[in-house]
Amino acid sequence: MAEVLVYVDHVDGAVRKPTLELLTLARRLGDPVAVALGAGAADTAAKLAEHGAVKVLTADAPEFADYLVVPKVDALQAAYESVSPVAVLVPSSAEGKEIAARLAVRIGSGLITDAIDLTADDKGPVATQSVFAAAYTTNSRVTKGTPVITVKPNAAPVEPAAAAGTVEALSVPFGEAATGTKVVGRTPRESTGRPELTEAAIVVSGGRGVNGAENFAIIEALADSLGAAVGASRAAVDAGWYPHSNQVGQTGKSVSPQLYIASGISGAIQHRAGMQTSKTIVAINKDAEAPIFDLVDYGVVGDLFQVVPQLTEAIKARKG
Amino acid sequence: MSLRIVVCVKYVPDATGDRHFADDLTLDRDDVDGLLSELDEYAVEQALQIAGDHSGDDAEVTVLTVGPEDAKDALRKALSMGAHKAVHVEDDDLHGTDALGTSLVLAKAIEKTGYDLVICGMASTDGTMGVLPAMLSERLGVPQVTLLSEVSVEGGTVKGRRDGDAATVQLEASLPAVVSVTDQSGEARYPSFKGIMAAKKKPVESLDLEDLDIEAGDVGLEGAWTAVDSATERPARTAGTIVNDEGKGGDELAEFLVSQKFI
Ligand SMILES: Cc1cc2nc3c(=O)[nH]c(=O)nc-3n(C[C@H](O)[C@H](O)[C@H](O)COP(=O)(O)OP(=O)(O)OC[C@H]3O[C@@H](n4cnc5c(N)ncnc54)[C@H](O)[C@@H]3O)c2cc1C
Ligand SMILES: Cc1cc2nc3c(=O)[nH]c(=O)nc-3n(C[C@H](O)[C@H](O)[C@H](O)COP(=O)(O)OP(=O)(O)OC[C@H]3O[C@@H](n4cnc5c(N)ncnc54)[C@H](O)[C@@H]3O)c2cc1C
Repeated sequence: MAEVLVYVDHVDGAVRKPTLELLTLARRLGDPVAVALGAGAADTAAKLAEHGAVKVLTADAPEFADYLVVPKVDALQAAYESVSPVAVLVPSSAEGKEIAARLAVRIGSGLITDAIDLTADDKGPVATQSVFAAAYTTNSRVTKGTPVITVKPNAAPVEPAAAAGTVEALSVPFGEAATGTKVVGRTPRESTGRPELTEAAIVVSGGRGVNGAENFAIIEALADSLGAAVGASRAAVDAGWYPHSNQVGQTGKSVSPQLYIASGISGAIQHRAGMQTSKTIVAINKDAEAPIFDLVDYGVVGDLFQVVPQLTEAIKARKG
Repeated sequence: MSLRIVVCVKYVPDATGDRHFADDLTLDRDDVDGLLSELDEYAVEQALQIAGDHSGDDAEVTVLTVGPEDAKDALRKALSMGAHKAVHVEDDDLHGTDALGTSLVLAKAIEKTGYDLVICGMASTDGTMGVLPAMLSERLGVPQVTLLSEVSVEGGTVKGRRDGDAATVQLEASLPAVVSVTDQSGEARYPSFKGIMAAKKKPVESLDLEDLDIEAGDVGLEGAWTAVDSATERPARTAGTIVNDEGKGGDELAEFLVSQKFI
């Protein structure tokens, strides 16, 4: 059967959920061959095998951490040349998109980014995209070279499917460009213990209406009662009330959870671009005319300082 | 030392307007106003600040766009902010060009213009791929220093801060290089009246595919590496339930979440 190259996103050997979703999609196209790079790469093999990887190509070298993006492209290209896949799938993170972009140029292939679904067709994979702030859904194909496609989190269910998962060391010849951009300092993000924003099943977001950094405790309490991730509008981030890494929207994270709860957010087009594909949308806003209400499955016109704590208490009471 | 900065700016349909696809499944540009992609204003701003820091030297900011006739509006806006000159790649055969093709055209135009530093936005506000800067770095064979929330140039080195998912990293590369900046890099200036008047006199060079030695068949809808098979408007959401909080709004919302099995 045809092989499909899957780029693995992992943290020190712990495979992130979007990669497992990619494996589900990859199996629709052929046999997944996973490429895991950097510290802990070999530790990913067991998990990848449980999700259908027939082979896991691994490489570790200081270059992956010490220089930006290009060493990973060299490695993915080496994997591509050793496998001759029918498609290359990469998670749609900021870095994933850059890796995919450079590989596409190198191998002369078309690139599709931010797919929300993939299906097999006799002419190759068909990618579904959600564009113009989710106003349109498109189906696209790559027509030249080997399709390089980046896929958004939550595009497919995680489905276990045992496979061999044979581990092979990948030998990577680093090109001259690999050492072009040096990483001279690194500050890891502190873990909040909450789920990753882009992967979470529930996201609770606050906007300008939250009116102060200290008030975000109300939003966090609701999130914690639901086991949710916390998001914020750009207005809240720009005001310094919440970190930029939690921004939802066009220039922040794009999220597609089962449930999105927006409090004190008006629903500007740039915010909608990042959350409109959420399955169920709930908003709490004191302005009945706020555009966010056009999107909701359930909306409460009211003061978030009343509604949100009452909701949190009700949830806690039910969960006992 | 002279410093030649090329800023890539895209002309895009207004995101607050009603954007749709034309019959050939490319962007319908007739029905909605176009403008300079807001995220590219941040790129112009950083270029002007870097040029300003080099005021003793001779630093020059050229804005470059690939787009139809109307894309001149985007160039004028960037010139009125303070850029020195503009290059417009315009050719009927470019209609429908995808990311691979756009990066080819931009790379050739950048090489023809001459550069020490290329600055892009983090993503366009229409295609929103966020891949052009990496593609340009690959094609030009110079370092990529992308998604910077802070950027500076000292001597022949560009430095910047990139806020990634797992960590914030400090980056460094030698010029020439390709940079992209995020909307966290600093508010873009508004054009002054003087700037707007001055922009009218600034040079705008027009290039076509022949000037760049690009075959028409390698770009445009026919030459594209990707094809759009269908585009369907998302069905309007069925109107949701909207209630006024009369004191029990939170409890009622909890009931809704229970009914949807979220609790
Ligand atoms: C290029 C560009 C990119 C952008 N990218 C993003 C992005 O990624 N993400 C993003 O979010 N925005 C983005 N924006 C900004 C966007 O246009 C809006 O300005 C922003 O989303 C507004 O945030 P908000 O809804 O929190 O604030 P506002 O629009 O000010 O809305 C606040 C809302 O809170 C309500 N409210 C106030 N007090 C209360 C209360 N006590 N109880 C209940 N409700 C209350 C108000 O009625 C109002 O509807 C971008 C803009 C540009 C130009
Ligand atoms: C809704 C939609 C979806 C699309 N999906 C795909 C796809 O999956 N694959 C594909 O190959 N093409 C796709 N395209 C086409 C693609 O958007 C264009 O080819 C585009 O010029 C490059 O991608 P981008 O605008 O997303 O650029 P980005 O990579 O998001 O742009 C980053 C930066 O590059 C610079 N830049 C981008 N375009 C230009 C330009 N024309 N002139 C000057 N500077 C520029 C700007 O500095 C910009 O900030 C899509 C277009 C649309 C409208």
